[in-house]
Amino acid sequence: MNLTLKVWRQANKSAKGKIETYQIKEISPDMSFLEMMDVLNEQLMLEQIDPIAFDHDCREGICGMCSMFINGEAHGPDRLVTTCQLHMRKFKDGDTITIEPFRAKAFPVIKDLTVDRSSFDRVQQAGGFVSVNTSGNTQDANAIPIDKHDADKAFDAATCIGCGACVATCKNASAMLFVSAKVSQYALLPQGKVEATDRVLNMVKQMDEEGFGNCTNTGACEVECPKGISLENIARMNREYLFASLKG
Amino acid sequence: MKKVKIRYRENSNGTSSIRLNYFHGYEIVKGKKKAKRSIKTLPFHLVTNPVTKEDIKQNESYKKEAHKIAESWEKSLLPSESFLKDNSFTKNTMFKLDSKIPEGPVTQKWTNHKGKINLVSPANKRLIDIIVVGTGLAGASASATLAELGYNVKTFCFQDSPRRAHSIAAQGGINAAKNYQGDGDSTYRLFYDTIKGGDYRSREANVHRLAEVSTNIIDQCVAQGVPFARDYGGLLDNRSFGGVLVSRTFYAKGQTGQQLLLGAYSAMNRQIGRGKIKMYNRHEMMDIVLVDGKARGIIARNLVDGKIERHGAHAVVIASGGYGNVFFLSTNAMGSNVSAGWKIHKKGAYFANPCFTQIHPTCIPVSGDHQSKLTLMSESLRNDGRIWVPKNIEDSKAIREGRLKPTEILEENRDYYLERRYPAFGNLVPRDVASRAAKERCDAGFGVNKTGEAVYLDFASSIIRYGKEQAHVKGLDENDSVLVKKLGQDVVRAKYGNLFQMYEKIVDQNPYETPMMIYPAVHYTMGGVWVDYNLMTSIPGCYAIGEANFSDHGANRLGASALMQGLADGYFVLPYTIGDYLSDDIRTGPIDTELPEFEKAESTVKAQLEAFISNNGTQSVDYYHRKLGKIMWDKCGMSRNEKGLKDAIIEIKELREDFYKNVNVPGRTDEFNEQLAKAGRVADFLELGELFAKDALERSESCGGHFREESQTPEGEALRDDENFTFVSAWEFKGAPSKAKLHKEELKYEEIEVKTRSYK
Repeated sequence: MNLTLKVWRQANKSAKGKIETYQIKEISPDMSFLEMMDVLNEQLMLEQIDPIAFDHDCREGICGMCSMFINGEAHGPDRLVTTCQLHMRKFKDGDTITIEPFRAKAFPVIKDLTVDRSSFDRVQQAGGFVSVNTSGNTQDANAIPIDKHDADKAFDAATCIGCGACVATCKNASAMLFVSAKVSQYALLPQGKVEATDRVLNMVKQMDEEGFGNCTNTGACEVECPKGISLENIARMNREYLFASLKG
Repeated sequence: MKKVKIRYRENSNGTSSIRLNYFHGYEIVKGKKKAKRSIKTLPFHLVTNPVTKEDIKQNESYKKEAHKIAESWEKSLLPSESFLKDNSFTKNTMFKLDSKIPEGPVTQKWTNHKGKINLVSPANKRLIDIIVVGTGLAGASASATLAELGYNVKTFCFQDSPRRAHSIAAQGGINAAKNYQGDGDSTYRLFYDTIKGGDYRSREANVHRLAEVSTNIIDQCVAQGVPFARDYGGLLDNRSFGGVLVSRTFYAKGQTGQQLLLGAYSAMNRQIGRGKIKMYNRHEMMDIVLVDGKARGIIARNLVDGKIERHGAHAVVIASGGYGNVFFLSTNAMGSNVSAGWKIHKKGAYFANPCFTQIHPTCIPVSGDHQSKLTLMSESLRNDGRIWVPKNIEDSKAIREGRLKPTEILEENRDYYLERRYPAFGNLVPRDVASRAAKERCDAGFGVNKTGEAVYLDFASSIIRYGKEQAHVKGLDENDSVLVKKLGQDVVRAKYGNLFQMYEKIVDQNPYETPMMIYPAVHYTMGGVWVDYNLMTSIPGCYAIGEANFSDHGANRLGASALMQGLADGYFVLPYTIGDYLSDDIRTGPIDTELPEFEKAESTVKAQLEAFISNNGTQSVDYYHRKLGKIMWDKCGMSRNEKGLKDAIIEIKELREDFYKNVNVPGRTDEFNEQLAKAGRVADFLELGELFAKDALERSESCGGHFREESQTPEGEALRDDENFTFVSAWEFKGAPSKAKLHKEELKYEEIEVKTRSYK
């Protein structure tokens, strides 16, 4: 199939960016979206044009590195997939595809489609852990029985891959789904209870400092999340936050 | 004669730009002789008529800088292979191969060793810096624990966050000898299974230690809040994996690697927050720096702005994973590379068993020339899936041409070749055996996709079996085939739903209705940097952990053991053993990065980067990577022979020479430049590939994943040669891969009797 691609080009963080248009031919529907981008880059290099910078690594939908905003949707038109798992068969011959980076104040562009998501790391560093020493001198794993339903829910929350689709999708660029997934994972497990108060307060504080927006419950994040992280987590975090605030 | 000349050109605004002219010689253009030049304009300007002292001083410093750049450019333009020679290669004549295995019975070695090694006091740990390269399970867990012990840790990863490391993609699970199921598991049994699975080519003492600490890992991870699968009683659940007779695999659905890595990442985050780990995201290690023969730091490149940085430390830990991407197509992530391991190899670290590669039998087949990577379908699928190809070659042809569907082939016209050849283990033979059997059928012309390189993994009979079971349990009609199929599909969905979804997205076929197509693909490398019992390489103060070292898996790794080894090395082994070395370093003080050794390493790195950019080539980096991958797969892949390996060595060398002459790397060195980063990685693969083939040629026996056609039984099974090859091949770099010198570490089996593996 032949396609017209409109791609965001931006030389670096401080440069002004703009949309460039490229034509691409003979794309197989079996290609993944990123393989199509590889072909485009090979073509650009032959034409002495700087290839398009984009983040990607595992290409099997788990590392969370790929991050493209395709035709106005984070990770493109398919549901429950990351950009790397999106395949060209989802498009038609002659389509025009617009490709932009994940945009948010807290995700500054590094180059073209590559953005800096270190704000996510800093939120995690503020409290996304259980303060247990890694010496191995812990109690036996089965000494802490956990209700299977809670364990399964904690697992579901923990499958967040930290890609940032929720932020890119949200009209407020809110990171609530991402932060609440981590808070929920620990809130549901006995191991996380000890530090629950500090965790939620510190993580939310850091989230605000990074410049993420507020949540207005539009639910767009849940729709675009490639891992299907549920809005329930946001409700749980709000509850945790309220308790923690009252407790001081 | 200097080929690069400095020229100054006056600008209209009172400044002069500095240009470097490189004279290539003459060429004939339209019948006229013309000088061929490359010109580079430097990013700083001189003041044309300097008056003030500052201006004069600045001009001088700019001129000096220009000379430096001109010199490094000049150097970089020397013929390609110069990178392999002297400048990067340090003679390590002092080192004598010694595995340092502690005395005593194998069950007591680790305990005794821990009791006897030197420690560093908490007050002194604050004075010691450690660099960790890589943030997978091994790197992240080591960083966290070392920081917690009190060392100052600097950790590097090339991804945008440590959480992206490829350990995250591991699916199946992690082994531990907990014996929670009471099915007869023990430390000894895990130890035995691992040695046997590795086809008797791993080090007994290391493997026993791994089995011993395995139980600690589970305790540790649960305490960290890793959400493992649980049963209704709230206790941890287990599943079974290939090559063993017990259920010792802990799991978190099909995302065990993700959950374990995020656990280690959270432990790291805690230390980053406390300031004990300084994290360098989007940084790539370019070289190691040795001072007086000891590892004292690294040269790193900031991938965002291209700046070259010097980092000093008292020890350097390499945790950069495996090198499966030497095959271009593998289940590794796109960025996975050998560079950190290869750079230290060129500075004196021995590289062990490079040819030991695991080729995983169940991956989604290649769909076309555009393919950039391959996706694994978990080994657990072989519990319920049956592997087959058509019995008649005409049927295979018809399928390939689209005239026939697999579901139309009658039961008696199917060849369940694993069940036929290995009745005892059937579809659950180890990975190496299953992979070779698939290749054998496809080579014989029975392959079932367009390229003829795929076999079927069929769930139809499991779906019916489960469906009947469910119908019986629910008291429904067992003979209602529609109902049975639906019930059966639900059971399969609950077990493997995420894998089936992944398959459907990639292949666009519904695996509940038609059999999956699978083919073997490169997955893991058992070979790696040689380490002693303390996990130290042959460079003092340089360690290698996780998949990066030659490890505990011998010639074949069992499923769910990679996660175990990564975390064992990082959480529980290295933090102990590194103290033994560092106890001598408490008075060293901070490492001075102004030392000439750092200077030299930095200029070599810069020269290579410049050389890539200024090369006037025509082919992309990927062009070479794909070509290398093809040579590796065809000649060093699932089966290898003397002629093919000899050809491969020549072809790789030629390809490497062509690469340096004709590779095209766009952009500049001082910017975010993915092609440049990739060029450096492929350059290292092009050297490793040759050593890989050389190692495979040298080892003329077959063992585990290494199958030499010359060494097989009459039935076509791998034939080991214990008399001549019970050793680890440790290669010393001598200026070029072709000149590498082989050292042999003899393997002694005191606890375990060496036997032939049979799965018939």
